[in-house]
Amino acid sequence: MNIVEKILARASGKSSVAPDDVVFADVDKVMMHDVSGPGVLKVFDKLKKQGIPVDKLWDPTKVWVAEDHFVPSADKLSAENIVKLSNFTKNYGIEKHFKYGMGQYGICHTLSHEEAMVMPGDVYVGGDSHTNTTGALGAFACGLGHTDIAYVLLNGNIWFKVPETYYFKLNGKLPDHVMAKDLILKIIGEIGNDGGAYRTMQFGGSGIDEMSVESRLTLCNMTTEAGAKNGIVEPDQKVVDYLSQRGATNLNLVTGDSDAEYSKIFEFESSEMEPIIAKPFSPDNTCIVSESPSVELDKSYIGSCTGAKYEDLEAAAKILKGRKVKIRTEILPAAISIYQRAMENGLLKIFLDAGVTVGPPTCGACCGAHMGVLAKDEICISTTNRNFPGRMGHVESQTYLASPMVAAASAVTGKITDPRDLI
Amino acid sequence: MKGNIIKYARDNIDTDVIIPGQYLKVHDYTELATHAMEGLDPDFHSKVKEGDFILSGKNFGCGSSREHAPIALSHCGVKAILALSFARIFYRNSVDGAFLLPIEIDQDAYDGISEGDEIDIDVSKNEIKNITKNQTYKMKPFSEIIGKIIAAGGLFMYKPDQD
Repeated sequence: MNIVEKILARASGKSSVAPDDVVFADVDKVMMHDVSGPGVLKVFDKLKKQGIPVDKLWDPTKVWVAEDHFVPSADKLSAENIVKLSNFTKNYGIEKHFKYGMGQYGICHTLSHEEAMVMPGDVYVGGDSHTNTTGALGAFACGLGHTDIAYVLLNGNIWFKVPETYYFKLNGKLPDHVMAKDLILKIIGEIGNDGGAYRTMQFGGSGIDEMSVESRLTLCNMTTEAGAKNGIVEPDQKVVDYLSQRGATNLNLVTGDSDAEYSKIFEFESSEMEPIIAKPFSPDNTCIVSESPSVELDKSYIGSCTGAKYEDLEAAAKILKGRKVKIRTEILPAAISIYQRAMENGLLKIFLDAGVTVGPPTCGACCGAHMGVLAKDEICISTTNRNFPGRMGHVESQTYLASPMVAAASAVTGKITDPRDLI
Repeated sequence: MKGNIIKYARDNIDTDVIIPGQYLKVHDYTELATHAMEGLDPDFHSKVKEGDFILSGKNFGCGSSREHAPIALSHCGVKAILALSFARIFYRNSVDGAFLLPIEIDQDAYDGISEGDEIDIDVSKNEIKNITKNQTYKMKPFSEIIGKIIAAGGLFMYKPDQD
């Protein structure tokens, strides 16, 4: 069995599973945020009316909660949702609730790794499509809707069809100034935005061995944009070190068997990658930066679970150091712990000196909700994950998806720019 | 199950156009319904009728896990989506929450069915009849688990132990 099959077999109490088997898997961790949490409460209300008891969760210690989409509260309704979420966690005895304005908080997927909320080998589900991110730690990490999350909260398990696995063998270390974001945009551009649909996208090879845990998180995060059920990387010493530094102990590393089967194997020469962008209006509408259209950008946005981890900020700082931005530029670290390290290591000074506005962790503008959404005809280069019509604001705004280095270089010139042109 | 078709002859209708991100804070289903398809077709809410079906191309519902998407459509009265393929979270949200039926169709049905056509879906026969044009097409049968959850009336009504 491969890693996903082994995790799902263990979690469903079976000696083995194969693609297309339907299993009810025991869940190890479940996450909800300020959109899916109130959504789950609506499901609970409906269940109560149907006579299904909702007074107790299966195990509140396995549940954790983030405030990220509408913080700082965008308006009265979002403020009320945060109050609802706080009451929810209080009433049901959920202790792990990362609250805006109370120390560590941030985007749920970022907290999943920054706070070591998920362990290798776990079945981890979250009420958000980019839950796939956390597969980089060697977990089966999958996004679900409100009804499914409500089911998990009450029953501790959920059904899955065991996915086929596409294995992406990545050869060699990424060149300087080329990031994991470039590589995953390249992959999505080749397989299409439904190219991984219903499947696992597993990454391996020397390109992964050379890659930091944070870069692997970027790869797995974007598997959602190829329609994948989950993204995963087999855990290695780097994952052990990463989680141990964050207080995790007794790690149980699950890896695939030597005769593991994959339904398809793809090979990519990561050592030959170039900076890549996705043009409006789909993450698979890619081209290399040197062939990108000549557009006058209005804004550069460095934020989100995809593009505002510490490594992403460090990469942006390399480009922005000693330079000034030519267009509106916002940098929003994805969690307070990252914000703090950026302060301690001088990154915030580099950003502010460059003229950037540094904001608090939020999903706000990435999902077109608040905190810097785009006007009609505005054009943004962004380290986020999606660029569907209206994704970051007005339905006639445009978003180009890029790596933090490309977004930073473009902030300096006002045009889509290869970071190597500034070196 | 009979209904009339609203056709969007395109692929990749994503959750950001089905229900834009600014409405994710809204959990009042009636209000959500007034914003359904707003990112693609601002007239949708005024033209959709109880019992209508939407017909579209590949990868319907791609993007976010927001259950708001099938909720908004079902609270407009949409009973089924007929599409060449579906994104996975939209598909399972539709079924597990018992909001609407995601029906996978083939190219013949996609090409043959037009805006406004009256359609009769017979899930027991995996058949779609086009009453307006007097044509019949096949639908892809539901997988066993999906068929059982639909028959039960959603995931919470489904009892896996009784299988």
